[in-house]
Amino acid sequence: MPLIENGRIGEDAWSFIPDGEPVPNDRPVIISFERWQAERDSFEGRNARLGVRLKSGTLAGAIAADLDRFSLVAVEFAKFRDGRGFSTARELRERYGYTGEIRAVGHVIPDQYLYLVRTGFTSVEAPEGTNPDSWANALTEVTIAFQPSLDDTAPLSLLRRKLKVGQADVG
Amino acid sequence: MSAKDRSKEGSMKAITANRLRDGEVVFLGEGGRWVESFAEAALFPRAEADAVLAPAKEKAEREQFAVDIYTFEVVEQDGVPVPATMRERIRTAGPTVRLDLGKQAA
Amino acid sequence: MNHIAPGARAGIYHYDEIDRQFVAERVEQFRKQVDRRLSGELTEEEFKPIRLMNGLYLQLHAYMLRIAVPYGVMSATQLRKLSAIGRKYDRGYGHFTTRQNLQYNWIKLEDTPAILHELAEVDMHALQTSGNCVRNVTTDPFVGAAKDEVVDGRVYAEILRQWTTMHPEFTYLPRKFKIAISGAESDRAAVRIHDVGLLARRNEKGEPGFSFYVGGGLGRSPFVGKLVREWVAQEDFVAYLEAILRVYNQYGRRDNIYKARIKILVHELGLEKFTQEVEEEFARLRGPKYRLDPEIVEGIRKHFAPPPFEELPDHSESLERARAADPAFANWLAVNVAEHKAPGYAIATVSLKPAGGIPGDATCDQMDLVADLAERHSFGELRVTHVQNLVLAHVKKDELYDLWKQLDAAGLGSANAGLIGDIIACPGLDYCALANARSIPLAQAISARFADPLRQRTIGELGIKISGCINACGHHHVGAIGILGVDKKGTEYYQITVGGDPTLTTAIGDILGPAVTETEAVDAIEAIVDVYLANRSDESERFIDTLKRVGHAPFKERIYAAD
Repeated sequence: MPLIENGRIGEDAWSFIPDGEPVPNDRPVIISFERWQAERDSFEGRNARLGVRLKSGTLAGAIAADLDRFSLVAVEFAKFRDGRGFSTARELRERYGYTGEIRAVGHVIPDQYLYLVRTGFTSVEAPEGTNPDSWANALTEVTIAFQPSLDDTAPLSLLRRKLKVGQADVG
Repeated sequence: MSAKDRSKEGSMKAITANRLRDGEVVFLGEGGRWVESFAEAALFPRAEADAVLAPAKEKAEREQFAVDIYTFEVVEQDGVPVPATMRERIRTAGPTVRLDLGKQAA
Repeated sequence: MNHIAPGARAGIYHYDEIDRQFVAERVEQFRKQVDRRLSGELTEEEFKPIRLMNGLYLQLHAYMLRIAVPYGVMSATQLRKLSAIGRKYDRGYGHFTTRQNLQYNWIKLEDTPAILHELAEVDMHALQTSGNCVRNVTTDPFVGAAKDEVVDGRVYAEILRQWTTMHPEFTYLPRKFKIAISGAESDRAAVRIHDVGLLARRNEKGEPGFSFYVGGGLGRSPFVGKLVREWVAQEDFVAYLEAILRVYNQYGRRDNIYKARIKILVHELGLEKFTQEVEEEFARLRGPKYRLDPEIVEGIRKHFAPPPFEELPDHSESLERARAADPAFANWLAVNVAEHKAPGYAIATVSLKPAGGIPGDATCDQMDLVADLAERHSFGELRVTHVQNLVLAHVKKDELYDLWKQLDAAGLGSANAGLIGDIIACPGLDYCALANARSIPLAQAISARFADPLRQRTIGELGIKISGCINACGHHHVGAIGILGVDKKGTEYYQITVGGDPTLTTAIGDILGPAVTETEAVDAIEAIVDVYLANRSDESERFIDTLKRVGHAPFKERIYAAD
């Protein structure tokens, strides 16, 4: 599936390993949160990067204590209308100080891309056959925001500021 | 469903939708053509309507022609077919409180 | 371009270049989204929330477009544009809603981008008037004018308008989210039936702050909002709301649409646990980033500076002469005119409830007239109320008679604000895809039955509210008399409730008995009124007070006597 990063289709260094299949040690992989819970000891001493995939009902607090073990957290959207993931990402960044990659997986649409970026996502796994132009446009068609995004340190810039056009506004 | 309820339902069904580009109420007419007037709607025996609906719906959605495509009951009143429910009567005619608007005004 | 000129009007937020650019960008974004839908790139399932967030529904006959009237306040220029759009793209009228917005009933999807473009010319849009996001914030229609006002709700409603606009985290909530603010002693905004109801007040030092009521709402399971925090200081206003929304977005139910509103979360978690979650989140959020800077507040407050009132004596000789000479005017004055904080001025309610009419509907000609009258008599500004009327908030007492004559000539002079003829009715099955029964014909029959203005006045304060389905857009739960349309095997029936109250003493009405037919419903309402008049202790005892005192029994007996 195409990986969207900074408004463009990018190279995906990661692969998701379904539960039950052997986990390669020589390349970055994403495992399920359930597997992590069941087999966490087996990842002791692993050198290659590890990512974890949270189902949409799994909130940020569930993984908070283990965040230093993961270079990537994939947040699943069961349906694009289920917006819990936006809060999950924001909590990972703001409340738990996570600085690794946060990836949106599952059903998300280009029209949500700007919201994803502004709540702390760094990449999106888009559905097969998606229109890359729609993802690229999504970051540039609206250039104004009325609330603070994640990198914002100014006192409630609430009332408006221009987004950095065409790029992720996460620091 | 009791026998009493069933007797209130029509023996025929029609197929309706809203046209995507303008929302206009449309009905499946003869030969798979969509029409704007209920008078031109094709009527199907109850048992056959769902079999007609499935391909018509698939085609109308694939062609981005219509949305909310479904069947509804039709009864005879004074020898004329009319929708069985108030909702579908209003859709085929227009608001009962503005007789100057909707299909009834045409 | 026709933007609102700063300084020329009373109490209107003036867009600056950034606001304008934002709306323009959103219009272009929606234009592309419509193209992507028509080309099939977006499925209907994907497009639906996108069009809803632009105010576009698919109803029975066509698309319905709901235009945002932020906190119900607009300029004459904006109303004229609404009228022009109604003529050009709709059927020459519009419908004012219980959310202080305006909706058109006959819109084409393919016209919508052009309509939004025209709206943007007068700094208007349809954003977030639907969808599972934070909706248009509502407030007191007498804001900035009422004698009992403590805090100007427009300032904070505008702050919320900005803060909630395309909020990246809270645009795909479990369900819609409605906020109402009242800053006066009387609650004219029904705050406790909202997801978040805010009572703005002042502390001993005169500083503004807010009481937060959370989890109110009507619909299938009506709840009265519960007090979550008595005092939130101005600087924490946004942080506290952000905390509430974050708790809701994470924990609100998404498995059942009927249990997804925040009222169910508050109910299921319990007030104590819910409050604890909010307070924890708030404690973390509270910091420089979420602090509402007083300078920002003052900057926005400037937009709502009082209009240039003349220094007038409070007593108007010409008004008194007209009152004495014209009994119909005297009646309108007594019923539709409220006290203003500036001497010599008054607040006039323009009724959109003529006897036998469609509640909340206004023709484009009527909109143009009200726009002219607003310009002539109220500093070019007007309001929409949640009971589907209009308000001219700053009318010189000397000019009230002239104003009323012009309104009356256009069918807008009914003297029934707050009376039995001032019925709230949702569009019901005549228009709405969700409805089970029609609402409007029943409203028309009741208001025709009680057409006599003096009879209405004799009956006194009595709100009838009608919904055509359990979603309760007609607020039937909080009607002194509430009516819910239901479908029983293809026939419309109406269930009557009594004792509802939308004000600070919020109450949900009780069902009086089995549902009745439309004709029976009109007779039943009249019977209820007769029982009330026969039982009230004196003319000052309102219907709901008599009901409380004598109970349901005498009403039930009369209506269901034959059963």
